[in-house]
Amino acid sequence: MDVLIGQLATGLSLGSILLLAALGLSLTFGQMGVINMAHGEFIMVGCYTAYVVQQFVSSAGMSLFISLIVGFLVGGAMGALLEVTLIRRMYSRPLDTLLVTFGVGLILQQVARDIFGAPAVNVVAPEWLSGGVDILGAVVPKTRIFILVLVIVCVAVLAAVLKVSPMGRRIRAVVQNRDLAETSGISSRRTDITTFFIGSGLAAVAGVALTLIGSTSPTIGQSYLIDAFLVVVVGGLGQIKGTVIAAFALGFLNSFIEYNTTASLAKVVVFVIIVIFLQVRPQGLFTVRTRSLV
Amino acid sequence: MRSLLGRWQTWAGFGVAAVLLFGAAPVVLSDFRLSLLGKFLCFAIVAVGIGLAWGRGGMLVLGQGVFFGLGGYLMGMHLKIADAQIFGNDVPDFMQIAGVRELPGYWAPFASPAFTMLAIVLLPTAIAAALGLGMFKRRVKGAYFAILSQALAAALAILLVGQTSLGGSNGLNRFRTFFGFTLNDPANRRMLYFIAAAVLLIVVAVVRQLMQSRYGELLVAVRDGEERVRFLGYDPANIKVVAYTVAALFASIAGALFAPIVGFIAPSQVGILPSIAFLIGVAIGGRTTLLGPVLGAIGVAWAQTLFSERFPSEWTYAQGLLFIVVVGFFPAGLAGLGVLLKRRRTATNKGAT
Repeated sequence: MDVLIGQLATGLSLGSILLLAALGLSLTFGQMGVINMAHGEFIMVGCYTAYVVQQFVSSAGMSLFISLIVGFLVGGAMGALLEVTLIRRMYSRPLDTLLVTFGVGLILQQVARDIFGAPAVNVVAPEWLSGGVDILGAVVPKTRIFILVLVIVCVAVLAAVLKVSPMGRRIRAVVQNRDLAETSGISSRRTDITTFFIGSGLAAVAGVALTLIGSTSPTIGQSYLIDAFLVVVVGGLGQIKGTVIAAFALGFLNSFIEYNTTASLAKVVVFVIIVIFLQVRPQGLFTVRTRSLV
Repeated sequence: MRSLLGRWQTWAGFGVAAVLLFGAAPVVLSDFRLSLLGKFLCFAIVAVGIGLAWGRGGMLVLGQGVFFGLGGYLMGMHLKIADAQIFGNDVPDFMQIAGVRELPGYWAPFASPAFTMLAIVLLPTAIAAALGLGMFKRRVKGAYFAILSQALAAALAILLVGQTSLGGSNGLNRFRTFFGFTLNDPANRRMLYFIAAAVLLIVVAVVRQLMQSRYGELLVAVRDGEERVRFLGYDPANIKVVAYTVAALFASIAGALFAPIVGFIAPSQVGILPSIAFLIGVAIGGRTTLLGPVLGAIGVAWAQTLFSERFPSEWTYAQGLLFIVVVGFFPAGLAGLGVLLKRRRTATNKGAT
């Protein structure tokens, strides 16, 4: 019983980390269809933002909240810049976008290596996040509970923004039918940039949160990128709902398989399960039916 | 007349390549550089397969490191066992150091050279065919396919690092012999280079035949309009699986040659970064052409050995910029540039007369 609860807690925690990393992708990849390989590097930008902010703000708690906001803005600005300079030209060639943004990611990694050095750096977690909470016999670190809370807040805010705000309505309209949205007077260019800003900003927020549970190195983004993409693929494009469910499903799956085998084997088994799952549902868990032909 | 000229040109090109690879290179280059060229040729063999699957078939194969690694590891296992047997040991040296006394069960069949050769050909082919059928029959394509093939590369690299019976993150290295020929002898290393060169020529010839055939036409048709091909009564999935499998086979053979030529095979050759790095040479050379990928792959590999050690930071920047500039702005690669120049020249000629 204790083992089961421990596994559930690990799975929940892993799922929330996956969801945080994949949330931004569910916008840029899920909604816009752009395969942004530099998304992992935006996560890394968030990590280093937290590191830099901590050099100036002495209180770890204050610096965490400042980093979350600054990280969102920095990551978002970089994403918007990437959209304006490169991705805009390539909407008709999604696969080439993958390779171009991979190049961008390589450069960003090297920039980080040149500025901060290749060895990992550490961000000090606030005092009130040290230690763990006893949940039915399983001790869960407070940092992981913080990430779970953060991801719930992020998902709630994002869902609310998409649902009710005028900007969110514009984003959904452009995703569902670009031509019709343009005809109704929506600037699809500006909407694309906004969507990319939010998606990349969320990646950086994920990065800030990841500094709580591990150290930061220039390649940290890469280790999360593929898992994040798989989450969006399994969840299905176009809906946050699918991403949320897929993230926690993969989190639980991974923690249970890992408990019964090894960490490296778990990755492979999860991959095989995903391939089999795509046999049954090639479009993922949820899909948005639109009337546009693509 | 035109086709006759085209055929003549192809044979001439083949002749020039053969003379360069078999005649000029061994005379001009030192043994060390010849072996280096052999390594580049391995990358070129992978590139030919990528050119077929990606350039002609439109499948962005981001997991070629998987098949490259499979070929390399299968060959590496045989070489390690053979070395151990020569010295009268039961297990390869790295296992002895780890205190393993008995050969793991799955290693045993690789004592046989014939079994190893068969495995190098059949295992990647079977895996690629199964994966390809699984994905293409269900019409998993484009972005999903690219992401899954990346995930496969990542998964295998992680799996290999955890496998101490395959050398862990060090992989397999320090091979002493190659099917009975000691690798210390420069003559035998030259022989390895010749094998790689011969394989490259064969592989290019095979792809040329495929491209010229009805199958090649169908493959391009699937790339440009999969639905139309389906409506014509063909199954695009089968057409794609063949190209994917052939590309995987080439990568596996290249990996099997890479291991003895370079002297190691490790998880670092399998993961996402090396898998995607295979693509840049193909993109630069011109992904839809026959020889573009070969020249591009050799060029990039050559530049990498030239610069990456002295300027590691700058080389990474250059690699990133190459992806951005070539794929983003010159998707046809250098071959496309050539076509563009030719067209411009004929246009100006017409204007003059």
